[in-house]
Amino acid sequence: MAKTILIVDDSTSIRQVVSFTLKQAGFAVVEGSNGKEGLAQLDTAPRVDLIVTDLNMPVMDGITFIKHVRSRPQSKGTPVLMLTTESQDSKKQEGKAAGATGWLVKPFHPEKLLQTIARVLP
Amino acid sequence: MEQRETADYGGDVNQFLTFSLGTEEYGMDILRVQEIKGNSAITHIPNAPKHVKGVMNLRGTVVPVVDLRAKFSMEAVEYGKFSVIIVVMVGQKVSGLVVDAVSDVLNIAASDIRPAPDFGASCDTRFISGVASIGEKLAVLLEIDKLLSEEEVAVTAGSN
Amino acid sequence: MKVDINNFRETFFQESTEHLAEMEAGLLRLDQGSFDPELLNAIFRAAHSIKGAAGMFGLDDVARFTHALESLLDQLRSGGITVTAKLTDVLLRANDVLRELLAAAAHDSAAPARMQGVLEELLVMQRAGALPDKERAQVRQTDRTQPQSGTQTFCVQFRPAANSFSQGMDRLLILRDLAALGSAGASPELDLGKLPSLDDLDPERCYLAWKLRIATSKTSAEIQDVFAFVEDGAEIRIEAEHQELEAAAQPAPPPPSGQAARDASIRVATSKVDKLVDLVGELVIAQSMAHQIVRNFSPARLGELQEAIAQMERHIRELQERVMSVRMLPIGHIFGRFPRLVRDLSIQLSKNVRLEMAGEDTELDKGVVEQMSDPLTHIIRNAIDHGIEPGDERASNGKPEQGLIRLEAFHQAGSVIVEISDDGRGLDANRIRRKAIERGLIAESDSLTEAQCCDLIFSAGFSTAEKVSDLSGRGVGLDVVRRNVEALNGSVTLVAQPGHGTRVRIQLPLTLAILDGLSVRVGKETYVVPLVAISESIRPREEQVKTVAGRGEAVMVRGEALPLVRLHRLFGIQTEVVDPCRGLTVIVEHAGHRFALLVDELLGQQQVVIKSLEAHYRKVEGVLGATILGDGRAALILDAAGLAQISRRNGEDLRAA
Repeated sequence: MAKTILIVDDSTSIRQVVSFTLKQAGFAVVEGSNGKEGLAQLDTAPRVDLIVTDLNMPVMDGITFIKHVRSRPQSKGTPVLMLTTESQDSKKQEGKAAGATGWLVKPFHPEKLLQTIARVLP
Repeated sequence: MEQRETADYGGDVNQFLTFSLGTEEYGMDILRVQEIKGNSAITHIPNAPKHVKGVMNLRGTVVPVVDLRAKFSMEAVEYGKFSVIIVVMVGQKVSGLVVDAVSDVLNIAASDIRPAPDFGASCDTRFISGVASIGEKLAVLLEIDKLLSEEEVAVTAGSN
Repeated sequence: MKVDINNFRETFFQESTEHLAEMEAGLLRLDQGSFDPELLNAIFRAAHSIKGAAGMFGLDDVARFTHALESLLDQLRSGGITVTAKLTDVLLRANDVLRELLAAAAHDSAAPARMQGVLEELLVMQRAGALPDKERAQVRQTDRTQPQSGTQTFCVQFRPAANSFSQGMDRLLILRDLAALGSAGASPELDLGKLPSLDDLDPERCYLAWKLRIATSKTSAEIQDVFAFVEDGAEIRIEAEHQELEAAAQPAPPPPSGQAARDASIRVATSKVDKLVDLVGELVIAQSMAHQIVRNFSPARLGELQEAIAQMERHIRELQERVMSVRMLPIGHIFGRFPRLVRDLSIQLSKNVRLEMAGEDTELDKGVVEQMSDPLTHIIRNAIDHGIEPGDERASNGKPEQGLIRLEAFHQAGSVIVEISDDGRGLDANRIRRKAIERGLIAESDSLTEAQCCDLIFSAGFSTAEKVSDLSGRGVGLDVVRRNVEALNGSVTLVAQPGHGTRVRIQLPLTLAILDGLSVRVGKETYVVPLVAISESIRPREEQVKTVAGRGEAVMVRGEALPLVRLHRLFGIQTEVVDPCRGLTVIVEHAGHRFALLVDELLGQQQVVIKSLEAHYRKVEGVLGATILGDGRAALILDAAGLAQISRRNGEDLRAA
């Protein structure tokens, strides 16, 4: 059964690119435009094998979202990749402290996304 | 469009749609002809020149209908169910031309076309490209482009 | 595997336009004095989003410019800079440049010339801010170029951080990735040295460590890279057992931005599209039911068939409305630029003006909304330029120093009304009258009502401005405004109270292509009169019809004399109905003028699809377009504005009240 990836980002164009890339690679994709929607997806999707999340989002930002993800038993151990920009080193630290597995720096080539996912997805 | 060089005439041959108005025979370049329609309901347009009979519905598009008889200042005839409308396209504009009857599509060699003689005032020679003999008759070949662009000029120059 | 992300550029440009609008709105509020930290965050986020996505699509100019803008905004929101008028000014200009940059990127044209200048200003302001750039961009790839060589063996030791399980990283993946870099020789050695007894074991802590030897042609930096995600708190040792190194590979650059052509497009709520899909489904069902009845038809089933067809008609009507509504955009779409316009003009003209807007979510056909942008801009410019008085003049007239312009949109009976009112000096009807006489637009002897005087302002070549300001042009703008609005089948009128203000009222149809009309007959011809222009229709009594010597005929309706327009005469139609009392007069209103249109009889109300007459013929005065009636005949749709004009010209207008 195909692995499912949850992409959370308030930018529709980025979600579209990521979703397209992942689907081409054979993944199933669910989406959220902010942390709150991301959590809703976690609750309703039959499975989520990996989460890719932006950090700067309205309603619920990425760091808070990651903390929530880690506090839920079903997603405690789910790999989480943060989408960061190069100037956000401190955010990366915060993210890791909150429980993020890894990160991917924007702008990224779709190939790099797939490579990074391969690193954290068993 | 076929262009054949015939040994006898040594020139281009073009196709013309020939039609009649009264006893006169006319022809126009087939390339301009989009289709031929039977008589259709024509809706009057206010303050239009005499030769613009009105507009008609051509498959959902509203196009003007020109009475060639009126254009050539021939006497008017009651158009009945046998009148024919030749739908032509000049540039992006489509119009219908009401004629008495459509005759044939003929191949006329360029070398058979002679310049138009002076018909006098009754027929404006600006839009005649020449005459050709078809059997015993003489067909007047029309420049549809000029004829219909005349339209515009005549119409905009005060139609009241 | 190639992934072409250029298909998504369209979305990016749409999104960025929205972010820019948000940013501008936020900056304007900032400019007006709100220092809400959430506002600063929102402004920053808008810029940040554009930057992130721009990079994705390889739009480097945009990304670079936005980065500078973002850095300045970041300083702003972290308190490193104070908000000054100069700062908001630079930020607003940067917003403009960014808009131009995005447009250039969308059309593959050159970046705007002033980009560099504004970019430098941003950098200057940033440096002037006391705090150093907190988050310095880190170069991820180290630039060590090394000579080519073969493989070497590394001894890699890895002890993950004790709490590293909480990051969802499977350790074994690290080992797998390491192994993939080269050949591992022996399997990894597991170091259980730190493992406590079972009683003390916390399953969520990591006590394990690994050591392995790997022969690889990769550099130690690349090996280090495998640990990128698990570095913090971990013990990692990579020791080369030989001294050979290699050039570090660079990541693949983002794909070049393509030459995607930009089509005009609309963003539609998915719910709207879903409903359309449902409706089409229902229509198909209704149609197959009708088909079924026809196939097994008997006269007894006629009622059923009629009902089935009526059902289809209902679905079609709803489908029609909903498809039209797909093209509907809220007018707020173009209202968005006005606060900025008002601000800039106020500064430029040294006037203090406030803009109030209401009804931004009033929806209109997309085509109409887009066409309204220029007319509205012109009217607002006029209001600020000519309408609102300078501060001291207002004060001496007992008005508040700050002028008010109010922009409001609302639906009203099948139309959309947009009103622009100001509390400025209004219009001096006498001055307008004098000017019009001077220009030969009216005669000295003509007596006009005040409303008619004001309406003169929409005439071509009219301007009462003492000096022509280059801002709003010569007032020829207003006649162009009227023309543009009328081309959309709308109307524009003006009401002014000298000393108190002016109100411009624009009426627009809800949709472009379909019209509610009243079919009328004159002789053998059928015409359609737009319902929105009709107030009523009456068969006048003899005593209501009056002839005024030298001026024409009128119909008295509730004390008002309305010019009688004989359609048969105007259009040259043969009919027997020449006596108004034997026919019907349709009372038509346009731009405040009312007249009575004489026809033979009313045929009925119907919705018609507007077909262009100009496409294949030309514009005919008094005719708005054509339509195809149910019987397949073409019919002309009348144009209230055009008819009013013709009738005025033919002297059938009554200037006397």
